[in-house]
Amino acid sequence: MKPETTTSTLDHNERELRQLHLNTEVISVINDAGISLRDVTKRYGKKAVVDAINLVIEPGEFMTFLGPSGSGKTTTLNMIAGFVTATEGLLHIYGKPVAKLPAHKRDIGMVFQNYALFPHKTVAENIAYPLERRKIGKAEQKTMIAGALDMVRMGEFGDRYPADLSGGQQQRVALARALVYKPRVLLMDEPLGALDKKLREWLQKEIKRIHREVGSTFVYVTHDQEEALSLSDRIAVFNNGRIEQVGSPAELYQKPETLFVGRFLGESTVLSGSMVGTVDGISTLDISGHAIRVPGQKKSSSLAILIRPENITLYEEGTEPGSSDMNTLPVTVLDANYLGSAWRCEVELPDGSVGTVREAHSAAVREPGTRALMRWNIDAGVLLEDTGDEGVSLT
Amino acid sequence: MTLKRALGALAALIILWLLLPTLVIIPMSFNSAASFNFPPQGFSLQWYENFFTDPAWLRALGSSLQVALVTMVVATSVGIMAAIGLSKVRFRGKALLESYFLTPLIVPGIVIAIGLYSLFLRFNLLGTLPGFVLAHTVVALPLVIINVTASLQGVDPRLEQASATLGAGRLRTFFSITLPLIMPGVTAGALFAFVTSFDEIILSLFIQSPQLQTLPVKIYNSVTQASDPTVAAVAVIAMFTSVLVMLTAQFATRKRKRVSA
Repeated sequence: MKPETTTSTLDHNERELRQLHLNTEVISVINDAGISLRDVTKRYGKKAVVDAINLVIEPGEFMTFLGPSGSGKTTTLNMIAGFVTATEGLLHIYGKPVAKLPAHKRDIGMVFQNYALFPHKTVAENIAYPLERRKIGKAEQKTMIAGALDMVRMGEFGDRYPADLSGGQQQRVALARALVYKPRVLLMDEPLGALDKKLREWLQKEIKRIHREVGSTFVYVTHDQEEALSLSDRIAVFNNGRIEQVGSPAELYQKPETLFVGRFLGESTVLSGSMVGTVDGISTLDISGHAIRVPGQKKSSSLAILIRPENITLYEEGTEPGSSDMNTLPVTVLDANYLGSAWRCEVELPDGSVGTVREAHSAAVREPGTRALMRWNIDAGVLLEDTGDEGVSLT
Repeated sequence: MTLKRALGALAALIILWLLLPTLVIIPMSFNSAASFNFPPQGFSLQWYENFFTDPAWLRALGSSLQVALVTMVVATSVGIMAAIGLSKVRFRGKALLESYFLTPLIVPGIVIAIGLYSLFLRFNLLGTLPGFVLAHTVVALPLVIINVTASLQGVDPRLEQASATLGAGRLRTFFSITLPLIMPGVTAGALFAFVTSFDEIILSLFIQSPQLQTLPVKIYNSVTQASDPTVAAVAVIAMFTSVLVMLTAQFATRKRKRVSA
């Protein structure tokens, strides 16, 4: 806590940014952002674990870093926290350059997967720890601790030791500890990863409620796409040290920009093929000898169409299409599962790969081995470059 | 069954063999005759009385306690820093340095003693308190490093990261988080250091002077120069001091474990 006024920091900051020949617009973006990363890179030896990432996180936003392990999402979070030093790039938190600032001077809160509560301190002492560092008086500390414990609904547990609490309770204490001093940024590294499904869903709701209450900027790292979809204002999808796409959950699900994003979020059926031609913004692709239409245009030798399973319907062989704006592809049913709210069918596509169909009502065709027709509205398809990303887990 | 019984008998024999030389000194310290004969004749407290009234013996005890306490403090502080450096920092030649720190455990005491003797001669440290402390720290340090390193391995590095995000610098984090968590190892290491110094004889024989002798040195001199049974009483006192310290170490470690569990 240096007696440094914000304006002088900003002036100094602006001078520094101008020296980098950034234009005024970029400087104002950096100053207005909750967290700003510009060309942030982390190299270990020659390998770039995080490769020139650019990202602006708005103040008060709930941003999730989603990606498979080794995609660079945790390294990026650790750079924001100050545990890892960026090899290159500019890192700003609320307009303040922090790339060279040690973790304890960044005024952030952090929640870890394994809770990281101090085992030799009681719950109340754990929460008092950041307040003591900030030289807050004992009486005020008491009020703040009580308030923080109430916020996570753990008011009764102040005298307990972490070892006496369950995993979910420990994580709620960790949340209280990370938020009691009202940091403007809260970082969470797979905070629910060690908990079972029911508890996880309940704590997701709690985290959402707390985010609304405190209004801080939340950055949440997870490899669980369902968690990312249900929690976030926006999601940054990480792959191989780069951000593939940033957008709201709905944008990412409905309009993925890369095949990786499309496959990583939710289930999908992917058809590989090549371009035949484009008329009035509708391209026709050759999919294993079938002409399939999709909105948009792309110049690439190998293309793919991604369709979400709930937009596909299965028909018995020989059924005539009801309308002209439908695509039809012959498939073979492999398997059908009743999920209560829907039927989920796996079908073999003409090229031998597996597609997924989800039908809300009753599946007309569901006997394994039956030949069937798969139909979808041409607008439901997303035209993407086929980068050959396979083997992304769908769980 | 017979095998089990035979093994039991063998174990008992070995225990007896290990303990006998230590235990035989106890009856001898109460001998009423002025000799080291075993079995002792009669019962008398005169050797204890001798010890507690002879200023030379008391001075030796005082020196020993002083050297052991200072050695404990020095070896523990240096040992904690070394252990943290070895377990937290990554650098080239770390494995080499790790074994280097432990060499005093392997190198024969006599080699260290001769080396120290020539060095101390050069720097006028023979027969001085700093000389004794330096010498004893050399052999006590590995024990502190081993104990502290072991407890450091049980401390989750995330706790230190958490402490940093909560606003604590490295020093504050060490004293508030790391040190309390490695306290069992620190306590054990410190008491080992104390006992090592208190019992040390080889190095002490080389660096002693008539002005500064530790208890083991004085015992050795008494036995070799004059066959004085006061030595037996002193030995018993020294033995119980060591045992008491070791028991404290054990107790402290166990109690801490229960708290953190």
